[in-house]
Amino acid sequence: MFYGAAATGERVITSSSSPGVSLKQEGISYMAGARLPAVILNVMRGGPGLGSIQASQGDYFQATKGGGNGDYHLLTYAPASIQEAIDIMMFAYDKAEKYRVPCLILADGIMCQMMEPVEMPEMRDFKVDPEAKPWAVTGWKPGDAPEKRAVINSLFITTEELSEHNNVLQNTYREMEKNEKMWECYKTEDAEFIITAFGTVARIAKSAADQLRAEGIKVGVFRPITVWPFPYEALKEVAENCKAILDVEANEGQMKEDVLLAVAGTRQVEYFGHCGSQMPTTDEISKKIHEMKEGR
Amino acid sequence: MSVLFEKTPYLTEKPFHYCPGCNHGIIHRLVAECLEESGMGEKIAGVAPVGCSVFAYDYFNCDMLEAAHGRAPAVATGVKRAKPDTLVFTYQGDGDLASIGTAEIVHAAHRGEKIVTIFVNNAIYGMTGGQMAPTTLVGQRTTTSPYGRDEAWCGAPIKMSEMLAQVPGAYYIERCAVDTNANIIKTKKAIKKAFEYEKAGHGFCMIEVLSTCPTNWGLSPVEAMKWLEENMIPYYPLGVYKDKGAEGK
Repeated sequence: MFYGAAATGERVITSSSSPGVSLKQEGISYMAGARLPAVILNVMRGGPGLGSIQASQGDYFQATKGGGNGDYHLLTYAPASIQEAIDIMMFAYDKAEKYRVPCLILADGIMCQMMEPVEMPEMRDFKVDPEAKPWAVTGWKPGDAPEKRAVINSLFITTEELSEHNNVLQNTYREMEKNEKMWECYKTEDAEFIITAFGTVARIAKSAADQLRAEGIKVGVFRPITVWPFPYEALKEVAENCKAILDVEANEGQMKEDVLLAVAGTRQVEYFGHCGSQMPTTDEISKKIHEMKEGR
Repeated sequence: MSVLFEKTPYLTEKPFHYCPGCNHGIIHRLVAECLEESGMGEKIAGVAPVGCSVFAYDYFNCDMLEAAHGRAPAVATGVKRAKPDTLVFTYQGDGDLASIGTAEIVHAAHRGEKIVTIFVNNAIYGMTGGQMAPTTLVGQRTTTSPYGRDEAWCGAPIKMSEMLAQVPGAYYIERCAVDTNANIIKTKKAIKKAFEYEKAGHGFCMIEVLSTCPTNWGLSPVEAMKWLEENMIPYYPLGVYKDKGAEGK
């Protein structure tokens, strides 16, 4: 349904929580292949399988490294507050339409059930302009310009055609890597230790950093806002003056792989987290940093 | 000079890739002629399946979408709900509709989705090499039932028209065949009526068309037609299974 509605050029959204999003992966792969812009929301819960119904970040690999079949990526945002989720939503469709990719908002169960004050941006009227989307199913009859007939399709049966199609997709991903990386640095300038974290966990990490600074240990937080494309260069630069990195996640350390890629062996990278839908606490993070400082 | 017959512009110039004797060619032409006669002009969108007719988007000359295996009714739902003034149809085989796509077709019917489904049933998986389908007849030999379908082991073939006629949301369900000139004319009438119902805001409509697969049945085109008449039609009787329009609903 989502595929069909997105094919008409209308702005469509689908949302679910982890197992539901797993179920949607077939369609998401087809949409990536057919180059259909849309916005998908995954409010992560514990897994694998039915897992739990509490918050988790266990779908990081699925969101950033694959999900469905084939060579594709989703432009993936991991907001850390309701305000940021709203702000991202205001441009998510523009980005999805610019690159003709599905855009994924990767949140967790805490964000979904949280209440906090927000400033609502000015509402805009989103009108679909068929002329701006010549690929969309907007109506065509025999005798009309042949190139305007919509064929929404992810099948390229010859190896040459598929190769050409995948080159177009890959070039799009390279453009997104160039233009769309977003991240936040929190007190990283003088940090001896940097905590890497995304989404809700990054907020806990910031509180831990403040707590540790009050104790005299200089700690900062690096938070990727786009988890695909991951801001490797920014993290590498930020990490240049620190002693070590602690990756904190509500999973078994899935993002740590990207952190390791960013620093490419130049920094010690440790992990702390839980994968049973428990959130890491400030005290736990603080304890781990103390251990690292003491060389344990 | 008066024109007695010409190809409908709702078929592209691309030659069909179908095997000799396959009924897809006839059924494609009937559907395309009905699209033309619907008078909907540019307000038409079709959804192609996975299977032998996967390239239907290259043949039907209108806006087309290629769905994942079995998902055509869901894709058609998305198009129809976003563009309610568009005539939306799916074209699906039995390996697509009666197997992996049963959830989608049942729930499209259940929601009374205002779409038309053309269901081409040849009792076998054609494209993938002649494997047993849910629609394969008891005793029928396929590459995965080399001794013939065993009902005790594989169940009896599923009758989609009978099944969907029981769904309250279904509006018009008819089973046809294209084995004789008379049946071809009947099939066209049925497809045309389904599109008329959709135009009038009614749904869900499905026209099942029994079809041959000479290649995978291991028969000549003429023998295959005979086999269809002698074996398929007795198990899958032709006729109207539901017509709320005729009941005045």
